[in-house]
Amino acid sequence: MEFKDYYKVMGVARDATDAQIKQAYRKLARKYHPDVSKEKDAEARFKEVGEAYEVLKSPEKRAAYDQVGKDYRPGQDFRPPPNWDSGFEFSGAGAGAGDESYSDFFDALFGAQARAGGGRRHAHPGRGEDHHAKVLLDLQASLNGGTRSFTLRMPEIDAEGRLVSKERTLNVQVPKGILAGQQIRLAGQGASARGDGKPGNLYIEVEFQPDPLYRIDGRDLYLDLPVAPWEAALGANVKTPAPSGNVELKIPSGSHAGTKLRLKGRGIPAAQPGDFYVVLQIALPPANDEKTKAAYAALAAALPFNPRASLGV
Amino acid sequence: MFPADDRALPGIIFDESAVLSIHDLSRMCAVDERHLVEFVEEGVLSVVNVSSEWRFTGDALRRARLALRLERDLELNLAGVALAVELIEELAQLRRELGARRQ
Repeated sequence: MEFKDYYKVMGVARDATDAQIKQAYRKLARKYHPDVSKEKDAEARFKEVGEAYEVLKSPEKRAAYDQVGKDYRPGQDFRPPPNWDSGFEFSGAGAGAGDESYSDFFDALFGAQARAGGGRRHAHPGRGEDHHAKVLLDLQASLNGGTRSFTLRMPEIDAEGRLVSKERTLNVQVPKGILAGQQIRLAGQGASARGDGKPGNLYIEVEFQPDPLYRIDGRDLYLDLPVAPWEAALGANVKTPAPSGNVELKIPSGSHAGTKLRLKGRGIPAAQPGDFYVVLQIALPPANDEKTKAAYAALAAALPFNPRASLGV
Repeated sequence: MFPADDRALPGIIFDESAVLSIHDLSRMCAVDERHLVEFVEEGVLSVVNVSSEWRFTGDALRRARLALRLERDLELNLAGVALAVELIEELAQLRRELGARRQ
């Protein structure tokens, strides 16, 4: 087990005041909190900072840590001396954060009971705790429903009272019409109850993976559809990949780049389904042969067209 | 591609179907009802009135848990939590739109 330098983790001096430690914690917590941070390894860093703060904010734990730590360098192999904690009183306030697991180093010093108060707050008797998870889902699952399998890591307290991480894979019937930011409830898939009560539920919060075709805006879907200049100018029926399958879409004559066509109710399904928008993009034939060049030249000769008229030049 | 699986667990969309009482939400978040009342008064959570009783949608569970994490981990006061939750939601929405446009 490696010795952890909590002062270094928090970036404070060994003689830092309580106020300085608190200030350092708040700054780091804002930087690395998983709900607000986009830093790499934010979650791991936040746990490390939380653990350091847990020790340094408590006068008893800090004194005990200083006592044990005075002979150690960070990273050095650490063995807690026998009866090292005699003479210290622990208030047992419990860890602040709920779902976190502290390092082996922390557990060796303060024992798993030091955090017992935090995670498992007053559980109601007779019913297991709810679990929460987040997954990335493909848009197709929401459009059509269907079964997806999710592998979730769940912290669990094992028979010896240690916090361990367990993996399990669930096959889930994804409800049609689920949106980004919404939760799927799986009844009875949370923690089992102590005693013979009902197990808790599992809530899975959904975000969508980027879809190769559609942009997703709430229930509405957007597709950029390339059309030839003459299809836009003269109108045409073109084959279009709609979420429900290919459709023939009528492009009205006089369309231009950015023209938005709405197919009502063809977005993400629901009682009030979203809409499907097709946004036209003009695709130009590449002029890399003589025939195409001649066609462009003929068009230029035939038309007095200034595309920059609106810029006053 | 994704064969139908009869043994798969039936998932339901929680946010629309669920109508939670303050007691339900308090149990699910393991937090005092009074604390949830404060969240409502500060605008962190919105309620629907059903015959003079408060009801929450499933989305309130997600928001309440987020608010509680921020409060605890960042040591924010109620007004700070309300502001942070609002900004985080807005940021998530903007990231979704940005992600969609970047493809």
